[in-house]
Amino acid sequence: MSTTTDELRGTRPGGGTDELLALAERVAGWARTGEEVEVYVARGTETEVRAYEGEVESLTSATSAGIGIRVVTDHRLGFAWAGSLDGSVLEGTLAEARDNAAFATADEHVRLAVPDGVPAVEVDLWDDGLVDVATARKIGLALDLEARTRAADPRIRQVDSADYGDVSSEAALVSTTGIRSSSRKTSGYLSVSVIAGDGDASQTGGGFSVGRGFDGLDPDKALTDAVTRAVRLLGATKGPSARSTVVFDRRMATALLSIVSSALSGEAVAKGRSFFAGRVGEQVGHPGLTLVDDPTDPRAYGAAAYDAEGLACRRNALIEGGVLRGFLYDTVSGSRAGVASTGSAVRGGYAGTPGPGCRALTLAPGPEGYDEAGVLAAVGEGLFVQSLTGLHSGVNPISGDFSVGAEGLMIRDGRLAEPVREITVASTLQRMLLSLEAVGADVEWLPGIAAGQTLAIGDMQISGA
Amino acid sequence: MIDTAVLERVLSEALRNGGDFAEVFAEDRSSSSALLDDTRVEELSSGRERGAGIRVVAGETTGFAHTADLSEQGLLRAAEAASAVARGGGGGVRTVALGPDGPRGVGRAGRAAPTTGSKADALELLGRADEAARASGKGISQVQAGFGTSTRRVLIANSDGLLAGDEQARTRFSVSCVALGDTGMQTGYETAARTLGFELFDEVSVEELARTAASQALAKLSARPAPSGELPVVLAGGSGGILFHEACGHGLEADHVVKDASVYAGKVGQLVASPLVTLVDDGTVGSEWGTFGVDDEGRPAQRNVLIEDGVLTDYLWDYLRARKEGRVSSGNGRRQSYRDLPMVRMTNTFLLPGDADADEIVAQTPRGVYVAKLGGGQVNTATGDFVFGTSMAYLIEDGVITEPLRDANLIGNGPEVLKRIDAVASDFSMTPGTCGKDGQSVPVGCGQATMRLTGVTIGGTAE
Repeated sequence: MSTTTDELRGTRPGGGTDELLALAERVAGWARTGEEVEVYVARGTETEVRAYEGEVESLTSATSAGIGIRVVTDHRLGFAWAGSLDGSVLEGTLAEARDNAAFATADEHVRLAVPDGVPAVEVDLWDDGLVDVATARKIGLALDLEARTRAADPRIRQVDSADYGDVSSEAALVSTTGIRSSSRKTSGYLSVSVIAGDGDASQTGGGFSVGRGFDGLDPDKALTDAVTRAVRLLGATKGPSARSTVVFDRRMATALLSIVSSALSGEAVAKGRSFFAGRVGEQVGHPGLTLVDDPTDPRAYGAAAYDAEGLACRRNALIEGGVLRGFLYDTVSGSRAGVASTGSAVRGGYAGTPGPGCRALTLAPGPEGYDEAGVLAAVGEGLFVQSLTGLHSGVNPISGDFSVGAEGLMIRDGRLAEPVREITVASTLQRMLLSLEAVGADVEWLPGIAAGQTLAIGDMQISGA
Repeated sequence: MIDTAVLERVLSEALRNGGDFAEVFAEDRSSSSALLDDTRVEELSSGRERGAGIRVVAGETTGFAHTADLSEQGLLRAAEAASAVARGGGGGVRTVALGPDGPRGVGRAGRAAPTTGSKADALELLGRADEAARASGKGISQVQAGFGTSTRRVLIANSDGLLAGDEQARTRFSVSCVALGDTGMQTGYETAARTLGFELFDEVSVEELARTAASQALAKLSARPAPSGELPVVLAGGSGGILFHEACGHGLEADHVVKDASVYAGKVGQLVASPLVTLVDDGTVGSEWGTFGVDDEGRPAQRNVLIEDGVLTDYLWDYLRARKEGRVSSGNGRRQSYRDLPMVRMTNTFLLPGDADADEIVAQTPRGVYVAKLGGGQVNTATGDFVFGTSMAYLIEDGVITEPLRDANLIGNGPEVLKRIDAVASDFSMTPGTCGKDGQSVPVGCGQATMRLTGVTIGGTAE
């Protein structure tokens, strides 16, 4: 057993994943007879620049690395992690995971993934250009974003943040059950947040642009979005209470689908924490609702070749024509349900354990011409929502109760009309799926686990003045 | 964690290109957790991380780099990266000498060291909670209980000569229940969290937590939809404190104020709330969740009065924002980990109790909503609009608490809602929470006594 494996200290991503695989293999090789061991190692670098009033407010540059180890002994699972790949922590982390396993309850379904023969669809998520760009250009882009946003509209009285950021990360996963996978990806973003003022009243808006590389980042898109959103809310009043159709813009639709996704987790279903439990084959949504999770689509922000247990990611149909077709499983939740993993394990980095989840949800798009304007025209009268608050405090994905704060504009004669604020929109998730009135054809792969598409949902309660 | 001589050399290196201020923040955190779900102990997890964040301030610009490598070479590399922002800013050799002994925190200031429980002890507590929750009623269909404990040692040294440290032990225990009935599923959640070790359980009964969580889920099975529109709201003592956290706490953080991104900017000395409101932020209170010895910039925790009898008295400050105004930090510079820059953050934020009687307040409310427990909230500091969600609420009819209501968010505007507080009782209590800001989470406490708002918009579905 080696104790001096500090060669990864201070190394940087971009060197390829071979050395991470080799490290994971070495640690997995320390497994004792009768135990299964899974080793996940990851490292990354990040740059973040914040511009304010023509100066760099902060510049962060950093590298980080870590390891997460799962040990299964006699159907008992233990986990341990460390925020370092230094040789001195590896053995201790494995020993701690092993010790933890001894305390867990034995459960016949607890096991590590084994290769299932499904070939991985390679997706290219790495852009060398992002890694090679000089810091000075990144700073320049943030300063440019801030300056142009300030100048974009006389009603913009403050740009409270204008950021450039990028991350490049590499990871490898090796287990004694035959799993061996690696991945690497880059991502960059520009984001800007503004305050528009008109007399005493202030309104805020944010915009961003994301991409795998540096050259695709678009300051105009970010600032136009931020400025438009803030300025069109000026003069907003507390809207009236009413029962109404609500149109959610693409960003808010992404947030809504992400919430619904937690009820599609095979683990939530198995443990009686999903309102979809026991309803496969039933009509749970409007006949126009077809929902698919497909991380093999390279355009998706959450695209990936391998899931968090090292199985190939694959396309999974969840709801078709409003009929519930199935759930997403990792190895353990699949075993519990008597089915195979759907390649849907996700994990929150080296400090977290895998569990089933979505990566790339989309709704089957509505008819051609159903962009935002098309959906508004089709709806005619209602409320258009551009921002939601309290998604964590007012939406319960177990009961389905849904009540959130909203800002947006009234829809009159199929067009955006006067702005409203300090209102709530409420229903239940179950009723919202059935009351779907329109799905946009305007698919945009936004950051997160679901695509953005304009959505219209009927029969929602608006609380206001 | 790091030798003083090494810290001095690293700080000198950080200022080699110039710059006005340099700081090393080192952290060593170990944590462990255990989760019982679906009657099984599913996962025990242990984690360890240590590293340092180095910051260099040159004019209006902050350079920041962090590393998991606490060797002198690792720290010097990070110092060099952080100092890149100061290039061209003069430079030269500047020697940093650290003071003999700066402020020391919770673990070193004479308090008993936190005790640790064994893994078996933690599992026993989880089992007891599961049993108590399931025994609360046949309707309880699922129980999850979680235990987590962490020890965080921090060391802060800066070019002003400050050398300070703290050791923070935190332990939490939570229970969440699902109840199943004819109307579907409902949930209940209860948590206890303190800046303590295993001695948390000398003060807290896990069975009681479990029964409270279970009773919420069961009560909501027969809940009716929450009303829609504006009604008087009585907030029970404890978790109602989140109202102040959202309605004004965030807006009083100086980083928002100095950018004119707060509705409270420029209002010191003005009446911003009902005269019944005296609001305090205090990082020194007992073993509350937001308590510490020194903040993450090395300032001792302190008590700050923010609003007195309705009049705004001050904001919350960290080092950078205070320096700009020529004053000192209020001990509110906090960060999630060594990977993050410090920001202005709340600690334990609470409304001082009044002298009304809690039962009387309800009795004098002809129609309204009684919120027994809040779930969380969110605010836009620039507009003041905020929401907070109920996780256990009831209707008040003719001065009597009657039927339970389904979960809903309430929405209001901070400066308006603060003026609508017309009664504050004496039954004060605190509740723990996790506060998120700009991607960083820190533990905080919220507190208040039972109080009434004359009107807030309730976002239910009942017309």
